[in-house]
Amino acid sequence: MAARSALLKSSLAKKYWMSLTGLFLCLFLIVHLAGNLTLLKDAADAGPAFNAYTEFMTSFPLIKISSYLLYFSILFHAIDGILILTRENKKARPVNYASNKAERNSIWASRNMGVLGTAIFIFIVLHMANFWFKYKFTDIAMDPGDLPDMYGIVVASFQEGWYTAVYVVSMIVLGFHLWHGFESAFQTLGINHHKYSPIIQGVGRFYSVVVPALFAIIPIYIFLNL
Amino acid sequence: MMNLTLKIWRQADAKSQGKMETFKVTEISEHMSFLEMLDVLNEQLINEGKDPVAFDHDCREGICGACSLYINGQPHGPDRAITTCQLHMRTFKDGDTIYIEPWRAKAFPVIKDLVVDRTAFDRIMQSGGYVSVNTSGNTIDANAIPIPKEDADNAFDAATCIGCGACVAACKNASAMLFVSAKVSQLALLPQGKVERQDRVLNMVEQMDKEGFGNCTNTGACSIECPKEISLENIARLNREYLMASLTK
Ligand code: HEM
Ligand code: SF4
Ligand code: FES
Repeated sequence: MAARSALLKSSLAKKYWMSLTGLFLCLFLIVHLAGNLTLLKDAADAGPAFNAYTEFMTSFPLIKISSYLLYFSILFHAIDGILILTRENKKARPVNYASNKAERNSIWASRNMGVLGTAIFIFIVLHMANFWFKYKFTDIAMDPGDLPDMYGIVVASFQEGWYTAVYVVSMIVLGFHLWHGFESAFQTLGINHHKYSPIIQGVGRFYSVVVPALFAIIPIYIFLNL
Repeated sequence: MMNLTLKIWRQADAKSQGKMETFKVTEISEHMSFLEMLDVLNEQLINEGKDPVAFDHDCREGICGACSLYINGQPHGPDRAITTCQLHMRTFKDGDTIYIEPWRAKAFPVIKDLVVDRTAFDRIMQSGGYVSVNTSGNTIDANAIPIPKEDADNAFDAATCIGCGACVAACKNASAMLFVSAKVSQLALLPQGKVERQDRVLNMVEQMDKEGFGNCTNTGACSIECPKEISLENIARLNREYLMASLTK
């Protein structure tokens, strides 16, 4: 009886899905970053390289399929995380402590995953409206290679100081989310081993600093140089 | 000797609205345990014809798990790896203000003052069911079954959980995962407990959810505050056991 709904409704099930969607998003970020890094090439090469990358990402069938998995993962992760986990967890403690020294037993990021996640979600919506929506639903000028000139749109966006600032702050938020989240996802899946956990922790911390930092360098570079 | 200000949660019964009240105690020796300090306060209150502060305690030597106070923002006070009854007044200084609150969780409703109802833990243990060990006269000596030393040690460590509930109290989600994982681990690691391991983990988690504990987000606060230093490896084991059981059962 307990088993039937165990993988859907139990508290642990919510965590397994949180972890799997979270790790899938981590994997996606690497692919996304690899593409974005073409923006750091010389201005002459960056345009064609980036436009070819966006063209590839939107037409290659395998990537198209995984993009639907990605939209689903983001929505699922956000709904499961905010509406279910964070809300239910608030309800589990109806009266708060008058004095609570949580900083003595846990790191800040781990206690604020819901807030950090919400900020990332707002960023994702803004980001999608700015780039994805324009690409899909508006007419974009063509580049010399006859590909839609996403490079032009990206450069125009990052010349706006406020947009670059929002982007950089969001990457810092993402870094905090992953500082706890990466490691946490493995623990959720039951992977905790004296041999491998230090490696997972190291990779997680490296990932959560380096990936958001590389993402953030790109708009700063464009803002300052182009 | 020290003089202290105590801010204590007072609540007449489960239904009443409670509030923090301030008390003064004087001439407290640093050799006293925290509970002895509260005994002094209660004697004072009784002499004044007032209602003494209700708090749970039994063994007063760190083995029963009855004592359960949230002291200055931490379960069992600022020291590590001890229960409230093992906390000594030398941890505090003359003139200190000390906050004393009950465990806060929907699943642990306040009965009176600092006493909470922890029968949710008992119901979780009951839902775990029995262990198939023959006790009908031809009982096999447990030592006759070879068990790897590491498994025996891990099972023993898990079994040191005294069910105090500090893990729930410390957790921002009021999650009972550390307690449940200790109870699941102590049996799942040993051959005698392996027979019912799948039903046990499914039923205990189901009961845990029913009781209204929150969902674990791996903050690790539980293990840090646990007087028996129950390791997070147990929670990972619970996650594994549950995943396997729900996939195959
Ligand atoms: C690219 C974006 C994101 C990535 C890579 C990511 C990654 C992760 C990872 C790996 C975890 C750990 C899962 C676990 O503990 O089992 C996690 C947890 C979580 N995420 Fe995200 N996440 C992202 C966006 C979001 C968004 C948009 C939200 C909410 C709107 C969110 C809310 C949460 C919450 C509430 C948790 C649970 C905290 C916990 O269990 O420790 N995340 N995320
Ligand atoms: S796991 Fe530790 S904190 Fe939780 S009930 Fe057991 S002994 Fe107490
Ligand atoms: S009174 Fe028994 S553990 Fe404190």
